[in-house]
Amino acid sequence: MNIIELSGIVKKYFIGKPNELQVLNGIDLTVGEGEFLSIIGESGSGKSTLMNIIGLLDRPTEGGYTLGGMDTLEQPDAILSRLRGQKVGFVFQTFNLIGRMNAQKNVEMPMLYNHVPPKERAERAAHLLEIVEMADRAKHQPNELSGGQKQRVAIARAMANDPDVILADEPTGALDSQTGRLVMDIFHGLHENYGKTIVLITHNKELAEETQRIITLKDGDIVAAQYGRGHKENAKTPAWAEAPA
Amino acid sequence: MNFRDNIGQAFTSLKANKMRALLTMLGIIIGISAVIAIMTMGNSMTVAMTEQFQELGVNNVTVYVQQKEDEFAGGRFGGGYETTDKDLLTDEMLADLREQYPDDIDAFSLAVGVGNGQTTQGSKYANLTLLGVNAEYKTTNNIEITRGRFVDDGDSESRKKVVVVSDKLVSNIFGEEDPIGKSILVELQGYVGTYVIIGVYEAEDSAMGPSTSSEADVVTEAYIPLKTAQLIMKVNGYEQATVMTAAGVNATEFTDKITGVLNKYYSRNEHFEIAAFSMESMVESITSMLNMMTLVIAAIAAIALLVGGIGVMNIMLVSITERTREIGVRKALGATNGEIRAQFIVEAIVICMIGGIIGIIVGILLGIVGTAVIGNYSGGDMEFKASVSVPSILLATGFSMAIGIFFGYYPANKAAKLDPIDALRFE
Repeated sequence: MNIIELSGIVKKYFIGKPNELQVLNGIDLTVGEGEFLSIIGESGSGKSTLMNIIGLLDRPTEGGYTLGGMDTLEQPDAILSRLRGQKVGFVFQTFNLIGRMNAQKNVEMPMLYNHVPPKERAERAAHLLEIVEMADRAKHQPNELSGGQKQRVAIARAMANDPDVILADEPTGALDSQTGRLVMDIFHGLHENYGKTIVLITHNKELAEETQRIITLKDGDIVAAQYGRGHKENAKTPAWAEAPA
Repeated sequence: MNFRDNIGQAFTSLKANKMRALLTMLGIIIGISAVIAIMTMGNSMTVAMTEQFQELGVNNVTVYVQQKEDEFAGGRFGGGYETTDKDLLTDEMLADLREQYPDDIDAFSLAVGVGNGQTTQGSKYANLTLLGVNAEYKTTNNIEITRGRFVDDGDSESRKKVVVVSDKLVSNIFGEEDPIGKSILVELQGYVGTYVIIGVYEAEDSAMGPSTSSEADVVTEAYIPLKTAQLIMKVNGYEQATVMTAAGVNATEFTDKITGVLNKYYSRNEHFEIAAFSMESMVESITSMLNMMTLVIAAIAAIALLVGGIGVMNIMLVSITERTREIGVRKALGATNGEIRAQFIVEAIVICMIGGIIGIIVGILLGIVGTAVIGNYSGGDMEFKASVSVPSILLATGFSMAIGIFFGYYPANKAAKLDPIDALRFE
């Protein structure tokens, strides 16, 4: 089953004005359940725009988008917010933890908007912090944590509502290579042990190599699609992966 | 996200910036406490005044001779005419009045002022105001006789030279000695007379009267029979009379009936007519004046509250700009526009409500202190009890909440409408 189905996605800015700008030129892309995919490209290639569309933060100008079997284009903003909270987990380059809340409260945040009762919220947040090995720092404020620790809390937060897909935008971009390695290992763990679908946006080709499939964007088009090392290691490669776009 | 979560979030963000939250609240605190304090003081004054007038008797209607209004217009303003015997109220007029409204009138009190003076006994002295009164004067003025008796109609008919004096005068002149039957020499300007004391009354500290520094200099009234006074003053009528209305009679409405009856006697009088006012209407007009004053000051306090509200809005706008990224993150984590809006409105309401509650407490304390200060300033004659105005508290609470909603809405809406992509990119 496909988690993400994008067909003919076009994104234009300043429509109808002299400086009209087309960022995506009709992207077709499907991501299967349990796939670890990476999208690479230079800055300005449109990968951030694509990520915003996948993450329901932005709407395409043209094209179709189905997330977890649900057509998203016709949904009103409030429904999109709910879908975003339930089906997408964001991991940002700059962590984006909320400063005055401790790690535990940060992880609970998405569940707050998903109407999870307080007790359940606390229990799940504690469990998630255990998975990312941050249980002992649950009561720490973000400014008391190192970059790698912050990113691990952020990953736990992305997992809060058990989303269909984790969208990671340059998750190691602000980290040194050693902690970056640690964070990548957590993603691999989530992928292998919990079967999470992960879309990694990066311009680091080495990290992309670790994933199952690598999509290269250039000037708003997919110019290459290839298997990564993860593909060979994964015996249960689903059928969709055989014929990359 | 439910309401409780919203409040929790609001407290979390306020705790992160305690100083700022406190300063923002300060405007609300000042506004609310000013409103409450002023309302409390105004309320206390109204209560005290009303009680005072109640003591003087709201049933009393004062009837008096006044110059006709068109006389003022006739170019003689400021000059006026002296009343002569034919202009004054007479026993005959009052008897007529009582005949027409026998059930409405309890008593008439009549008084003829003789003058201010002194009585001396060796080196001892006492100040007094000599006043000729009728027997009913005792009832209408709530005079308490402690020894002997009050002047009566018999004393008046035979123009006896008897006097009822105050306990203060007695203690100044006679000390512990029984004064009944003793004579005193009364010296007024242009009049000296000897009177026999027939009674002693309890002098109350008058709230409205001038406060005196020493017990020895206090001026009290000495009552002599009405006709004795008329003889001294060479008058047959009265410039003024007090009508005590029966229980259940609306004194304010009764004033018109009184003037209606009495002015028939004045239809051919060139310069004078009868006017009447009731204590009740005095109470009403003083109360409404106080209420007006309270309202005006409260309006000024409300402006302070408005300024406080603008302060809240300002700080909310700053806070939202600072937290743009947080708003973007919250949206990425699934917050709807409505939830973001609710979060910031609740935050503004929480600021205003905390400020409001502190303001109410401070306001009540200030009101109590202020009332005590006014009580002291008035010489302690008048009993001021701080009575907290309950409607003002409800009003203040509601108002501070309304300020939170009103001044929180615009910033909150601005936050809700932020584009999550821009917000996440915000540095």
